[in-house]
Amino acid sequence: MADKAITTAAGAKIIPNVMTKKQRIKRDKWLYLLLIPGLIYFIVFKYIPMWGIVIAFQDYSPFLGVFESSWVGFDHFKFFFTNPDFIRLFRNTFLLALYDLIFFFPAPIIISLLLNELRISWYKRTVQTFIYVPHFMSWVIIASMSYVFLTTSGGIVNELLEQFVGRKFNFLSSPEWFRPMIIGQIIWKEVGWGTVIFLAALAGVSQEQYEAAIVDGAGRLRRMWHVTLPALRPTIIILLILRLGNFLDTGFQQIYLMSNALNRSVADVFDTYVYFIGITQGAFSYSAAVGLFKSVVGIVLILGANHFAKKMGQEGLF
Amino acid sequence: MHKMHNTPLGRVFDVFNVILLGLIGVATVVPFLHIIAGSFATDAELSRRSFFLFPEEPTLGAFRYIFSTDAVVNSLFTSVFVTTVGTAVSMILTLTMAYPLSRKNMVGRNVVMNLVLFSMLFSGGMIPTFILVRSLGLMDSYWALILPMAINPFNLIIVKNFFQQLPVELEEASKIDGCSEIGTFWRIMLPLSMPVIATFTLFYSVFYWNDFFQALLYINDNTKWPIQLLLQQLVTVPDMNIGELDESFYEQPRESIKLAVIVVATVPILFLYPFLQKHFAKGVLIGSVKG
Repeated sequence: MADKAITTAAGAKIIPNVMTKKQRIKRDKWLYLLLIPGLIYFIVFKYIPMWGIVIAFQDYSPFLGVFESSWVGFDHFKFFFTNPDFIRLFRNTFLLALYDLIFFFPAPIIISLLLNELRISWYKRTVQTFIYVPHFMSWVIIASMSYVFLTTSGGIVNELLEQFVGRKFNFLSSPEWFRPMIIGQIIWKEVGWGTVIFLAALAGVSQEQYEAAIVDGAGRLRRMWHVTLPALRPTIIILLILRLGNFLDTGFQQIYLMSNALNRSVADVFDTYVYFIGITQGAFSYSAAVGLFKSVVGIVLILGANHFAKKMGQEGLF
Repeated sequence: MHKMHNTPLGRVFDVFNVILLGLIGVATVVPFLHIIAGSFATDAELSRRSFFLFPEEPTLGAFRYIFSTDAVVNSLFTSVFVTTVGTAVSMILTLTMAYPLSRKNMVGRNVVMNLVLFSMLFSGGMIPTFILVRSLGLMDSYWALILPMAINPFNLIIVKNFFQQLPVELEEASKIDGCSEIGTFWRIMLPLSMPVIATFTLFYSVFYWNDFFQALLYINDNTKWPIQLLLQQLVTVPDMNIGELDESFYEQPRESIKLAVIVVATVPILFLYPFLQKHFAKGVLIGSVKG
């Protein structure tokens, strides 16, 4: 800084060998040039839409635009919170998230523990190669395959059920099967991928710990319980925090693809509601208000989960 | 793997474990195998047998039909275009933005980093983004499938962390040799980043190929649908068929045709899979470097 210049006894000013801000900016001009395209992306496609949220407080009309549309304050929010849709959406979103947490979350941990016990390494690698595949498939492909296999007209699952149980189940279009089907798809698609991070954590467990456990007379199960599982604990906690932080994030694509007129009563979640009301019916302001409500709850959950993590002595996410 | 003395109970567990994991492995790939087999089968066989891995009379009929329709050919063109151009755009934006953000003494770096991080916590949401894309005049344009999701902030941060952990001496040496910042980036940093570039090129390609949500929002013109949206309309919308989209064919959507479109929409991913498998662990591990 220029004002930090030291005046010597002779009165001459010595500028310390530290560049001023201006000089550093000038030195890095090429770096700023590289930064510009990405920065423009974030401003245009992330921050302009954030500013666009103001339409949630307006009666936005596409013809008038954001600047000319009339302001209505919290009317859309009031309408939403007193609307029976609100309870239904909240219930559907909450139950899907809860089932996901109960049934999906532990699955990769269990599979990782089992994979870790496989002694034949080529067999382990082969199983891993297979179970990672569905993660890279689109939801459209997963949904299409579900339609092929679960349909009551000739799908293999119902053919088998008819043979062994004596009846068919309308998985694809009945409200009571919607949630199990969604969770089942998530498990099938993501359980393998979910093991990647746990197996990476297990790679760091030293052999000596297992050997010590054997000397102490621990059998297979006890070694899994007292050595392998504790090694996974930090990873499990971090992922649990992340999951709680994103609790309301049900996958739009999956739910949109699997919902239809017959199961809509349980399938509608905040995201799909915003799409149907906003994009297909054109109620921009009202659906933007619903979206904003969800975003605000989301940020509160993430900050809350992070705060909680730090309190528990974990590192936290940020 | 840990070698250890095994009790009889432990051996029973081992056998059970091998069988269980084998079944899980089979359960993840066998459905695909049936889809592939079915796409080469006749419709008569598909209505007679609900599951098989080898068609009795293999035929290319379904593929011949779908490649004769404009709908499938157009959608493949869209998907290939969006995937290649989109991946290129995403990689250029991600790399050029990650590099300056990795230079710790750059003025304003923290401001930009916080902008990025905040955008991961809070977003304008579907409707304001939709209105933006529409007012930019991008409806029914391939750019609507590329630009709104061009930078994945998670990828950006992982690449930034990667640049950050490269040794500083390299950069200093190249400056002494008279390289500019851009020269250093281009001649020193990028060649060292090939594994990261490969990883994220694959990830972005998979994203663009698989996405149907952007097209659902922004593409109304069905001649510009990507393959995923076409497949979704074909399989999950009752009574929709490719012929109807062509307005020249009016036959019922046949089962083998649906399966053939599923195969066409899946095959590029299966070809990329060996490379993906080689690289994704790296992506996960590089990301764990905090900074």
